[in-house]
Amino acid sequence: MSEETGNAPQSHGLAAIARAHPLASRIALLVAALGAWAVAYVGLLPMSEWLVYDLIGLARESHLSESLAFFVFEVPKVLLLLALVIYGVGVIRTFFTPERTRRLLAGRRQVVGNVFAAGLGVVTPFCSCSAVPLFIGFVEAGVPLGVTLSFLIAAPMVNEVAAVLLFGMVGPKVALTYIGLGLGVAIVSGWVIGRLKMESHVEDWVWEVQGAGENEVEGGMTLVERLDAGWASLKEIMKKVSLYVVIAVGVGAGIHGYVPDNWLAGIMGEAAWWSVPVAVVLGVPMYSNAAGVVPIIQALTEKGASLGTALAFMMSVIALSLPEAIILRKVLKPRLIVTFMAIVAAGIVLVGYLFNAIW
Amino acid sequence: MVKIQVLGGGCAKCQTLAENAENALSQAGVEGQVEKVTDIQEIMSYKVMSTPALAIDGEVKVAGKVPSADEIAEMLG
Repeated sequence: MSEETGNAPQSHGLAAIARAHPLASRIALLVAALGAWAVAYVGLLPMSEWLVYDLIGLARESHLSESLAFFVFEVPKVLLLLALVIYGVGVIRTFFTPERTRRLLAGRRQVVGNVFAAGLGVVTPFCSCSAVPLFIGFVEAGVPLGVTLSFLIAAPMVNEVAAVLLFGMVGPKVALTYIGLGLGVAIVSGWVIGRLKMESHVEDWVWEVQGAGENEVEGGMTLVERLDAGWASLKEIMKKVSLYVVIAVGVGAGIHGYVPDNWLAGIMGEAAWWSVPVAVVLGVPMYSNAAGVVPIIQALTEKGASLGTALAFMMSVIALSLPEAIILRKVLKPRLIVTFMAIVAAGIVLVGYLFNAIW
Repeated sequence: MVKIQVLGGGCAKCQTLAENAENALSQAGVEGQVEKVTDIQEIMSYKVMSTPALAIDGEVKVAGKVPSADEIAEMLG
């Protein structure tokens, strides 16, 4: 593709066009990408069936062909859905920096503050490795402890990856209910911790920090920069989750093809009342992102596990984890950490029962 | 002699940022040193609340994202 003679400035091809017409070239790229996306999405089912039954020539209705057909269809489908939403959310997130979110939350009272914090937790860019500076920045600016914790619970638990995967693999109703109940857990848990007045169980040095977040470098971004940020987050998140998706769908495909229907009803079904708390406890030491859990959730529910139990397990894996507790230990004293984990766990158990009852 | 500080608890993003900073130094042909600041109290002394962050000679240039080597080289120039 490279030009042999570089003497004419316009001979540098696409990069030069992109520089000369920044916005138009981005929009053209976006439209082309959306077109390719739509074609790939529509063609997925016939392509996967053709591949498994015609090209490889497996007989229908066998364990192997069912597992394989599931795998070749689900992996690209989930990756396509993810790509679309991650790009969109990546652009939206450029409007919500942690510093701006903090200004929106500073001085808010309980309840309203908790609701705001949980909502902003979904759209503010967040990585668990920056949880500590963010926590300090929030409390220093006068965001109440309970409100800050509502944010920290919602941010990892209710995110676009979890929502898309549930939407694509389990169904839109479950995805919406998960978002609603996840926000509910974050709001109520943060509110309860706020009522317990545990400010003295925050490490003392935290209260002495001054000026956190004063160095806010993020200036106004142009539309071109926001669109580019979408691509950057698409690249970054896909690199991180695509392997998880492949492995998890692989495990799911195995369960789909080989585990008999209703096999799990006895241990993970609605009749087993203890299955919800056990699922939550099992989820704590496990640490994964939504991309790794949802495909397994789907396969489990298909084989008779009740949805509430499966979702409680998922929330526990994503929202309650030992690594996160260790990170937060730098700013929270042990009693507050234990209280925090216990209240969130209790909230998830309740959500699990509620789900089982209403579904 | 430029000093670049990479502020962050040691996650994957901080690692990438440190590598980009090293590449930026050689790209810009600037003599300098990349230093990783991982202690949380020291990070807070730079008055940031999003990590990873990047400071050049003690002045915070970027917080909460990972700039490419090209972008860092531009800041050095």
